[in-house]
Amino acid sequence: MSMNTRGRPTGAGTPSTLAANGAALLPDEPLLFEIGDTEHSGVDLPDAEISTARLGGFERTAPLDLAGLTEPEAMRHYVRLSRLNHSIDAGFYPLGSCTMKHNPRLNEKMARLPGFADLHPLQPKSTVQGALAVMEELSHWLLTLTNTSAVALTPKAGAHGELLGMMTIKAAQEARGEAHRKIVLVPESAHGTNPATAAFLGYSVKAIPAREDGTVDVAAVREALSPDVAAIMLTNPNTCGLFEPDVVAIAEAVHNAGAFFYCDGANFNAIMGVVRPGDLGIDAMHINLHKTFSTPHGGGGPGAGPVVLSEALAPFAPVPFVRRNADGSLDLVEHAEAQSLERITAFQGQMGMYVRALTYMLSHGGDGLAQAAKDAVLNANYIKARLADVVTVSFPDHHAMHEVLFDDRFFESTGVSTLDFAKALIDEGFHPMTMYFPLVVHGAMLVEPTESESKQTLDAFCDVMRDLANDARDGNTERFSGAPYTAPRRRLDETRAARQPILTWEPDDARAQAAE
Amino acid sequence: MTTKFTEDHEYVTVDGDTGTVGITVFAQDQLGDVVFVELPEVGRELSKGDEAAVVESVKAASEIYAPLSGTVTEVNAALSGEPGLINQDPAGAGWLFKLTVRDHAELETLMDEAAYAEHAK
Amino acid sequence: MRYLPHSEAERAEMLGVIGVDSIEALFGAVPEDLVAKRPLELPPHSPEYLVEAHMRQLAGRNHAAGDGPFFLGAGAYRHHVPASVDHLIQRSEWLTAYTPYQPEISQGTLQMLFEFQTQVARITGMEVANASLYDGSTGTAEAVLMARRLTRRSKVLLSGGLHPHYRDVVRGYLRDDDDLVCLSASPSGQGDLLDRIDEDTAAIVVQTPDFYGHLRDLKRAAEAVHAVGGLLIAVVTEVVSLGVLEAPGALGADIVVCEGQSIGNALNFGGPYVGLMATRQKFIRQMPGRICGETVDAQGKRGYVLTLSTREQHIRREKATSNICTNSGLCALAFSIHLSLLGAAGFTRLARLNHARACALADALEQIDGVELLNKTFFNEMTIRLDRPASGVVDALAQRGILAGVPASRLVPDDDQVNNLLILAATELTSDADIEALCAALKETLA
Repeated sequence: MSMNTRGRPTGAGTPSTLAANGAALLPDEPLLFEIGDTEHSGVDLPDAEISTARLGGFERTAPLDLAGLTEPEAMRHYVRLSRLNHSIDAGFYPLGSCTMKHNPRLNEKMARLPGFADLHPLQPKSTVQGALAVMEELSHWLLTLTNTSAVALTPKAGAHGELLGMMTIKAAQEARGEAHRKIVLVPESAHGTNPATAAFLGYSVKAIPAREDGTVDVAAVREALSPDVAAIMLTNPNTCGLFEPDVVAIAEAVHNAGAFFYCDGANFNAIMGVVRPGDLGIDAMHINLHKTFSTPHGGGGPGAGPVVLSEALAPFAPVPFVRRNADGSLDLVEHAEAQSLERITAFQGQMGMYVRALTYMLSHGGDGLAQAAKDAVLNANYIKARLADVVTVSFPDHHAMHEVLFDDRFFESTGVSTLDFAKALIDEGFHPMTMYFPLVVHGAMLVEPTESESKQTLDAFCDVMRDLANDARDGNTERFSGAPYTAPRRRLDETRAARQPILTWEPDDARAQAAE
Repeated sequence: MTTKFTEDHEYVTVDGDTGTVGITVFAQDQLGDVVFVELPEVGRELSKGDEAAVVESVKAASEIYAPLSGTVTEVNAALSGEPGLINQDPAGAGWLFKLTVRDHAELETLMDEAAYAEHAK
Repeated sequence: MRYLPHSEAERAEMLGVIGVDSIEALFGAVPEDLVAKRPLELPPHSPEYLVEAHMRQLAGRNHAAGDGPFFLGAGAYRHHVPASVDHLIQRSEWLTAYTPYQPEISQGTLQMLFEFQTQVARITGMEVANASLYDGSTGTAEAVLMARRLTRRSKVLLSGGLHPHYRDVVRGYLRDDDDLVCLSASPSGQGDLLDRIDEDTAAIVVQTPDFYGHLRDLKRAAEAVHAVGGLLIAVVTEVVSLGVLEAPGALGADIVVCEGQSIGNALNFGGPYVGLMATRQKFIRQMPGRICGETVDAQGKRGYVLTLSTREQHIRREKATSNICTNSGLCALAFSIHLSLLGAAGFTRLARLNHARACALADALEQIDGVELLNKTFFNEMTIRLDRPASGVVDALAQRGILAGVPASRLVPDDDQVNNLLILAATELTSDADIEALCAALKETLA
């Protein structure tokens, strides 16, 4: 025998009950303020000599208490924190109404080209012709996909787009001398932003009940319409995952009553490239670039919510917008003219998102976008078919569009709640589905797979759902009641957070003093 | 002293001309752990059905409507520090506000305990 | 197609499980004449290298700020962002995470937001902050609405030094109501705002440094509006200034709104940016936007959650404090990382360096015939009066590869008093050579 003669244990060893698997790679991370101090810095800057003559006596007198980290400390802090997050790159998000699809990295690379990222919004227009061309080209895609007349790119998010869309409706009615229209119709299944937006603009909200099958009845709309109704806000496909079969008749009825049709475009992923909303009779619709066109959610933003407008609303599109000059160059119209609305944000909106969304569109092409919508619908219906015998499908008689709605009837009286069931998914490596929304069914569970998920992932998800459903029915409530067991944290005490809000960090002794 | 109930799950206990308003056991159970309460200003004139207060839990918020017309004379100051009293003892320490009853006839429009128990089923 | 995982065989197999013949059959609820019979008139799918070539060609038609001497500000500032910031925010777990509604598997985002809120509160000198808003302009409009809710009054005064885009956004949000008073542009740094405060005033909105670069006296403004029970909304579009200037909170501001772009975020032709909002603890229930709070989990471990959500649209629906549904998460992350790399020492040095560069710029500009510096005070931005319209001068200099600043008339049209005004900013990236090139070109153009 020669060379190394001493072995070492290579078996799995005895299991320990100390901690869940994976904890070794997921250490708790202290707060920035517990690691850094006011002297540490990860940026080398010269200490400039300044005179305070031009600061007018407004210089800071109180010391700035701001913790700093050197670069290696910062890398470790933010990498460790990041690992406490679920993400679409690491796992499936079956989140209904949120369209968590793959975020292509080419989009990121393009958005970082200095010719886009390092442009000031107020540079001379002659120096930003390529950026204006991005806005023009993105507009062309959105108008073609929706068959509408104009698009306002600048809204910063879906809800911001909704606000703008409803502002154009209000402006159009005021221009017609119909400012007395004060009611907005909103179906019960609507996103919370819809009534919030209508109320924000001074409208009163009138709810339209859903039919037994989860869709909106044109008869109910006709009944609710009156000379005082300004608009209807309808999501199509709706939040139950169903295409509104009466949508064209609803649009007609609304228009005949002199009102406008605002469409919440959150679910555009189901129909992009397949159905053009303009053909359905919509007057305004926001498009969430961060849902449908793959710009990253970024842990809660930034989003982007361009709004397409019908011919009747097009004159009211806000500044700024791009227009082609006679000589072929592009102009940016920055000051309201004729009937256009005032700007709703500084500068040109979410240019970084325009670049990403356009890159995505060019990658897919018109054919690929349609295929993506079809695959999204296929995936939702596949999940529905694979689960229908064990999980209650809320509206079994219709094909789902890109999302499928389940409710809590299948574990009724087992002691398991929708919340428990969703939290148990976490222990299986999945993000919970959207819960308790829409409000039209009890204990709603809304699942949207998107086109990005492979059949393998869908099968794994369905296997877990079936297993959980069976366990719930068998009364194995422990798997649910304390779930999740294996995440970086167990369930958090939200009551405590809301009763005594702690929104900023204070050293323990400062907090103790304040409490005395 | 009589206690009457509204369809919106408020109760009012009337003693002479003073009514004490709160939410029912059923209502606090539906809301979940109460985390915040917004109470009316003392001296405010309420008409029956006016929005008088807001009770919030983590995931829900509910407007509280005046069960009777009257002037607010006192609010339950303990709730601002301890909103959980509404869950622990809604009919007692978790009361919301008191008012002077303007029109005793309005009491007749409210439910008695048996009718409310049926309503809240 | 590279982003779509299914093969045709898999699609067929899945259709079999569903029990339909084709995917089109799943669109049965759509009226037949509305389903596109043929592909829309859009280009077909394209390989990555061709898409990249197209986008690079568009990018190549722009003059990037870094391509030559550059002096633009007016609400967006070019600063150096450390390489580690962009590396970190592109990590999958930050970039591709959803809103942290499931706190057990979102502690990274939540703890970061808690740290961000603390940082924002500290630099603004306020007690609390939210988890960010879309940007400074919409944040200002939200602050005005918040002040109206808090005071139950409606009159709001906007200083003539407020960024004109911010003023327009406020006007749009409030739909020109009669109780909104917008004072006209005040390039001299003085306005008549304080004289217009009365018992009906809900709030005054004062920006400092103001649109023309002047530093405004927040303390006097706070005293004047507090005397009638109104609120001071302080707006800061250049957040780096807080490294050397007294925090608005220490001067009496009730709500502070900042554009946070300068820290951690690129110019991006105007967005995405990140709005900061900070206020007093007692006002939090009227504050819009997401808020993160500390709590414990079922085993008593410290953790974070989104909290006070009954203010928000998904619960209150038509009674919500605002219809906001997203924040500016990833931009807030970039802000927070950059600020933690700076720390108090670095943030102060950065601010001093900016002021020093601006002083150098001002000194050089004052030497030029036909240039009059309007500012007695400034941080890193100033306004000069030329002997001719500024827009023509800016265009002429752009021809020579110098981006000389923002003509005030671009944002304040139809106002003769601003036609000749040019607003210029300097940052740590402004070199002596840049200043020399600008001044030489200005001299020639004005000669």
